[in-house]
Amino acid sequence: MQATTNLLIRQVLMPVLLPVLLLLGWYLGTRHQTYALIPQPWDVAVEMVDLAVGGINDDSFSSMLVTHLLASAGRVYGAFLLAAGLALPLGMMIGRLKLAQSLLDPMLQVLRPVPVTAWLPLSMIVFGLGPKSAFFLVALGAFYPILLNTVFGVRSVEPRLFEAAAMLGTKPAAMFPRVVLPAALPGIFTGLRLGLGFSWVVIVVGEMTGVPTGLGAMIMDARQLSRTEVVIDGMILIGAAGFVSDRLVMELGRRLLRWSPQHG
Amino acid sequence: MVEMIRVESVAKSFGAFQALQGAELQVQEGEFICLIGPSGCGKSTLLRILAGFEQPSSGYVFVGGREVTGPGPDRGMVFQDYGLFPWLTVRQNIGFGPRARGIPRAQIDETARRFIDMVGLAAFADRFPHELSGGMKQRVAIARVLANDARVVLMDEPFGALDAMTRERLQDELLEIWARTKLTVIFVTHAIEEAILLSDRVVAMAAGPGRIISDTRIDLPRPRDVASPEFNALRRSLSLELHPPTAAHAPI
Repeated sequence: MQATTNLLIRQVLMPVLLPVLLLLGWYLGTRHQTYALIPQPWDVAVEMVDLAVGGINDDSFSSMLVTHLLASAGRVYGAFLLAAGLALPLGMMIGRLKLAQSLLDPMLQVLRPVPVTAWLPLSMIVFGLGPKSAFFLVALGAFYPILLNTVFGVRSVEPRLFEAAAMLGTKPAAMFPRVVLPAALPGIFTGLRLGLGFSWVVIVVGEMTGVPTGLGAMIMDARQLSRTEVVIDGMILIGAAGFVSDRLVMELGRRLLRWSPQHG
Repeated sequence: MVEMIRVESVAKSFGAFQALQGAELQVQEGEFICLIGPSGCGKSTLLRILAGFEQPSSGYVFVGGREVTGPGPDRGMVFQDYGLFPWLTVRQNIGFGPRARGIPRAQIDETARRFIDMVGLAAFADRFPHELSGGMKQRVAIARVLANDARVVLMDEPFGALDAMTRERLQDELLEIWARTKLTVIFVTHAIEEAILLSDRVVAMAAGPGRIISDTRIDLPRPRDVASPEFNALRRSLSLELHPPTAAHAPI
């Protein structure tokens, strides 16, 4: 009984405590200001219902939630897969091959601090207005976390494991698939998780490129129309989508990395 | 008796550090040899040269009549820190060697089962290394080498990280396995008692430069009684060799 109560407090009450306080502060700060720039919580909630099922405002945002969400999710996952497809082999090569390291590492390290937002104008010139540009920017955001963690993962294999594999008869060519790759999986997985998280972070920037749908595009439209309640709903949706997406990846990791004390 | 290991005037230096000098050693098939000495005496270096992890700076090493040029499955190594693959279960760790050598699947499963039983880990066959105690991990490491048909087992202070009770049990189990399989064992330790308890011959080494100083045959019948006068006599004489009394003992 005591234990269940403690669990309830820790897992349900504690996490919602700050959001409730925030909501309360928001409500108290906006309740007497009918024409304020920041909408009241209730208006945001009503707008969320209109976004989801329509029938309240009947404007260009009504019942568009699923369309925007799917558009963004498609870009996030597509760009993430593209980034992973490039960053994983590159990271493995940079981590294990001296030649690849001296060839690629310096350039990638110099490009790394350039923020995704700075790439926006150039990306729009090269890829044009629209989804291709968005795709590129989101992929760029996901690329570096995956790359860096993959390099780190394949590099930090315990030397002892190579000795153990060698004395058991593993040929040098088989070291990569049988020792390096499995040993690097936790690092690679961390990179994938960070990369996917980052894709959700940069989706708004990605959808500043003039795409008609997507949560980022919705936020940008709403901003120009001063529909701040739609902006806040967009923020909530991105947060929730990113959270759910991260939970799914974590669950996958827990299954795949059952052997790792940090993940299992 | 068939000669299994021959070490001929082997020296090894790491930069200016002379880790091993003029090492000579012959080991017959089925012998249990302990290498003993203080740190820096080159005992681990000699073992790693036998394993093929290090190349001698000069001299030759032959195992089973062939010169050692690199690591190979005929010489299994048991490390003090286990060196198990954390992503594989006990069963898969034991099957790793046979799999690397391209043995058919069904035969690997059969071999793994046999050696899991031999080290008494049937109940833990599908656990991962991080779920095992130190003693269990070392049992897996030993089984992994035996499952790979190693003819020589090289052990680098394998029980050094274990508590005294577990160490004694594993010593007994190792002797039992050795008696059954008649493997050739080279066992590095810095514990004199462990060396006398286990081995047919105790090879003592000294540091600065690392070298072999004596080779003592232990003729006591097994199982050996650590409290017997003969055992104590050997312990004393080996102890004197390894820590010779200095001329003037300064008060501590």
